[in-house]
Amino acid sequence: MFKSSRLVMIVALVALLSLSIGAAVAQDKVEIDWWHIATQEDQAAYWQSLADAYMEANPNVAVNITILENAAFKQRLTTVMQAGDPPDLFQSWGGAVLWEYAANGLVRNIAPELEGDWRDSFAAQAALNLFGQEDETYGVPVSWGAVGMFYNKALFEQAGVEIPTTWAEFLTAVQTFKDAGITPIALGEGEKWPGHFWWVYLATQLGGEEAFLKAYSREGAFTDEPFVQAGEYLKELVDMEPFQEGFLGTTHPESEGVFGNGEAAMMLMGQWAPAAQAQYSEDGEGIGDDLGWFPFPAVEGGKGNPDDVFGGGDGFAVGANAPDEAVDFLKFLTNEESQRGSAFFLVPVVKNTADVFADDPVMQSILAARDAAPYFQMYYDQFLPPAVGSAVNDAVETIFAGVATPEEAAQAIEDSAAAELAQ
Amino acid sequence: MSAIRFRVLPRPHEQAQRDIRQRQWNKALFVTLFLLPGMALLFLFVLMPIAQSVYYSLFNWNGFGPPTKFIAFDNYERLLNDKIFQGALWHSFILMALSLVVQLPMALGLALLVGRGSLRGKKFFRTMLFVPYVFSEVITAIIWRYVLSPNDGALLNAVLGAIIPNFQPIGWLADRNIVMFVLFAVLTWKYFGFYMILYMAGLQAIPADLEDAARVDGSTEAQVLRFITLPMLGSTIRLTVMLSVLGSFQQFVLAWVLTNEGGPVNSSQLMATYLYKFGITNLKLGYGSAVAVVFFSITFIFSLGYQRMVMSRDFGPRRS
Repeated sequence: MFKSSRLVMIVALVALLSLSIGAAVAQDKVEIDWWHIATQEDQAAYWQSLADAYMEANPNVAVNITILENAAFKQRLTTVMQAGDPPDLFQSWGGAVLWEYAANGLVRNIAPELEGDWRDSFAAQAALNLFGQEDETYGVPVSWGAVGMFYNKALFEQAGVEIPTTWAEFLTAVQTFKDAGITPIALGEGEKWPGHFWWVYLATQLGGEEAFLKAYSREGAFTDEPFVQAGEYLKELVDMEPFQEGFLGTTHPESEGVFGNGEAAMMLMGQWAPAAQAQYSEDGEGIGDDLGWFPFPAVEGGKGNPDDVFGGGDGFAVGANAPDEAVDFLKFLTNEESQRGSAFFLVPVVKNTADVFADDPVMQSILAARDAAPYFQMYYDQFLPPAVGSAVNDAVETIFAGVATPEEAAQAIEDSAAAELAQ
Repeated sequence: MSAIRFRVLPRPHEQAQRDIRQRQWNKALFVTLFLLPGMALLFLFVLMPIAQSVYYSLFNWNGFGPPTKFIAFDNYERLLNDKIFQGALWHSFILMALSLVVQLPMALGLALLVGRGSLRGKKFFRTMLFVPYVFSEVITAIIWRYVLSPNDGALLNAVLGAIIPNFQPIGWLADRNIVMFVLFAVLTWKYFGFYMILYMAGLQAIPADLEDAARVDGSTEAQVLRFITLPMLGSTIRLTVMLSVLGSFQQFVLAWVLTNEGGPVNSSQLMATYLYKFGITNLKLGYGSAVAVVFFSITFIFSLGYQRMVMSRDFGPRRS
């Protein structure tokens, strides 16, 4: 009795001692706080394995990972940003949100470290450009995809439809599906952003880089012709009633389910769709080998290049108070080996990695489109300040619901842009 | 023999006054010390934030750094001219009115039925009717999204399809004209159990003798209800009206999840969802503060007025 309690005490003392030694050692280390949003177990484990590998090679560095779910991440990041205390490395989608942080001195300019080999290693240069402005860069992409049309090969065959390459062909295809009693398009407009894909793609095809950057820099406006026209083209499509029943109230996962169950022929979606349509389908398998992909149909007479691609991806930004080691660690995260290993959930952005998708024709076509794009149009609701982004989503929703004209929708976006982008 | 001399202690007027003052001072100190922690919390977590909201509402502020762009009452002007805000206000009023007219009478009726009547298995019904209130709001919203889904095999459309021939599935949450009523139905499903329990507790407090006496005197059941039960239940009814009104105004979680941020096209936007969507997620904290101030004023004026004018008789000693 007596002996055992003494033993317990000794063990406790030793434990306490070792703890305090551990704490003392940790104090000498350079700490990197890293926030990412890969909540799925295998993905989180992958980031952890990279952190472990880096810490082993650099014993003076301690990487502290915080994993947050997407919405929770945005909320917490907003809070720490308001307090002026950003994490050293954090999930970022680039664009105007990141630039806003930069304007408030909350992120670190890593352009000096990036210059040279590191910058040249990126295949998706257009994506890298979205993480900086002028001569400054505040982060790098780790994954970049493209939005395009996913389609169900079996339903295409059943209705005898060929892959449409122009908008006119596309509308004909939609009509053919309707005549065959097949829902042409799955759409989760309840969350609004899936619908904004349609309008933005049309605007990009009709006005190209020039119209968007003019409107963004306030030399032009979102009431300019391409933006109104985009609404008119979209309205023409909406009037055909090509979407599944109740699409205005359908969430994104629900719409992935509609497509994954083989109940709709097409879905305009990003590179995550192959996994998502399987995950949210009834049998958990999705449509399997029937899944195909083609680029957004070219709009005849549009000023944009038909090869321009719309989409976005993930990256990491560097906080204002980050140590040099954080930048070095970020470089490690984007080296060829790390990028290859991440291909099971990301779309690598550096050179010499395309072969990871050797047996995945859908991803290959997405990558080909991404790397061939002369201009990469980023998601409006990520690129623009949050208020304008949500005004775009809301305005496009009014077109889908048929409660506003294309002119009114464009005007609503312009009103918000005029107020938010004035400076 | 010396005279016994009594020493009369002088106790001048001032001394007495000083004692009284000392006692009062002690009492004041005593009260202050006890109130201090509570007052500090009230000041820090209630009054300060309100004052800050009023201050922020005068700025164009995105929440980063201190507010610098002073714009006076522009936020309020924008707000009051915003069609979506007007809609949100109107929707909140609709919810409030429907709650008062449908939800509370229904809860009262059920309380009379399962609380005292001679219904068989009333204990079972009592439990079943209270179950929805126990669910969290998010879970309620997600369950109902499945029930209301327009996709094949979703419960509500499937049931209606089985009853009504040639029934076309309805997108319950996708139709701007019915989404508010669907939202109200789900809210009622969730909350009437709560009011029912309050009414049942109130009914327990009514002495059975009174009602029996009325019956002996020849009152019909309707008269007993009208002249004995309802008046005796008055304080509970007044309380539930207040809770219901404030609850409908503050409704957020269920509406947010069920209708996807007040959609479609803001047709189910409420005060609180409007505040969150246009203030917080759009990073327009100055504007959001203005919404919060208007929102707060409405509920504050209502609850103050209601407590002063209607509920005052339920507080303190009876004056009659």
